[in-house]
Amino acid sequence: MTKQHANWSPYDNNGGTCVAIAGADYCVIAADTRMSTGYNILTRDYSKICKLADKCLMASSGFQADVRALQKQLSARHLIYQHQHNKQMSCPAMAQLLSNTLYYKRFFPYYAFNVLGGLDTEGKGCVYTYDAVGSYERVGYSAQGSGATLITPFLDNQLKSPSPLLLPAKDAVTPLTEDEAVDLVKVVFASATERDIYTVSSCVYRVL
Amino acid sequence: MFRNQYDTDVTTWSPAGRLFQVEYAMEAVKQGSAAIGLRSKTHVVLACVNKANSELSSHQKKIFKVDDHIGVAIAGLTADGRVLSRYMRSECINYSFTYESPLPVGRLVVQLADKAQVCTQRSWKRPFGVGLLVGGLDESGAHLYYNCPSGNYFEYQAFAIGSRSQAAKTYLERKFESFMGSSRDDLIKDALFAIKETLQGEKLKSSICTVAVLGVGEPFHILDQETVQQVINAHEIVEEEASAEQEAAAAADQDAPSADEAAPADQGIAPMDI
Repeated sequence: MTKQHANWSPYDNNGGTCVAIAGADYCVIAADTRMSTGYNILTRDYSKICKLADKCLMASSGFQADVRALQKQLSARHLIYQHQHNKQMSCPAMAQLLSNTLYYKRFFPYYAFNVLGGLDTEGKGCVYTYDAVGSYERVGYSAQGSGATLITPFLDNQLKSPSPLLLPAKDAVTPLTEDEAVDLVKVVFASATERDIYTVSSCVYRVL
Repeated sequence: MFRNQYDTDVTTWSPAGRLFQVEYAMEAVKQGSAAIGLRSKTHVVLACVNKANSELSSHQKKIFKVDDHIGVAIAGLTADGRVLSRYMRSECINYSFTYESPLPVGRLVVQLADKAQVCTQRSWKRPFGVGLLVGGLDESGAHLYYNCPSGNYFEYQAFAIGSRSQAAKTYLERKFESFMGSSRDDLIKDALFAIKETLQGEKLKSSICTVAVLGVGEPFHILDQETVQQVINAHEIVEEEASAEQEAAAAADQDAPSADEAAPADQGIAPMDI
């Protein structure tokens, strides 16, 4: 007798794509605005970006209910941090907190694919990319979500980020200017929209 | 109040129906350095005197931000105050998380009062030795509450707690009727004057006091020293001119400050009724 499986799933995929690019003194975070379920559209303008701290934004695709819960959880923890330390959380600190929060639910994960972007303690752009259970890495740019497979190879080509294994360590941030990076992001979303039904070209972007 | 056979446990009533341990806790509040609060329709100002143990040490933090719309000033055992502030912050964060809206001050003070009451009815606990002036903003405007170690709480237009607070209370009693319509800056000025009353002769400088404001469109924040010093300077000149006129009025007020020292003598009234 085969094992009985549940006839419902606690998860749903609301689609969407998120991108972030780090520069020398800026960071661009963008996410499309379509929220879908199956082949239907739930809403045409939904922001997947959340400001967690002064210098730290998070864009997440996946199951938006889990994403919202994750955003609230992180915001509340940030408030506690502010009360205790009398200052805002830095982006690297928030990155670690996000990783820990995700792993905390290792055995019933947040169905959220996150990209964290902001300015580090020195004012340089930083982007952190995550999987659903908290494995993370600091990178020069990242894409997550339904359009990620279409966008990432293109960004690899355009931004030519050096391998993190190189010695001496080369800066992962792009030498592009802020405006060039924003244009690149717009172009990237336009292309992804052509082939990914879950992504639209309307996108919200924030620059730090 | 003198030592008697009913004051060892908080769970022992005296034949007169008093809980001495709770009353002793209220005494602890009177020993702390002064804290005052006043409110208008739209703003609340909290101020306190910074008393440092010695010239070498820093002063203790007595005003805490609880949330954007709630702040608290404490007098008494500051350690107890810190713990209660942490509790209040936690309650605000949890309420915001669940209801996506700010915790109404009125609810928070009741929760605080209940927490304090628990400590008056357990043999293995002691009452909190701190009085809290909770200032907050909700839909109906600005509010100021005082939470006692006894578990009681009251709403006030203006109040002062801690040592030499009677002098500040006298000043506030004279002026309170105008507070409801006061502007934010007038409230701050009155707060500083009230603090000045508790110093009794010592010069008022921004280094020995802390002032915090919260109001409509203005999240709770502590004013920086320069701003406070500017307000002090601006009103000092006016103060000196009027001082001659006030000397006569001050003579009448001298009776009120001495009531503070006389308080221990009137044992007939249980202090919890203040």
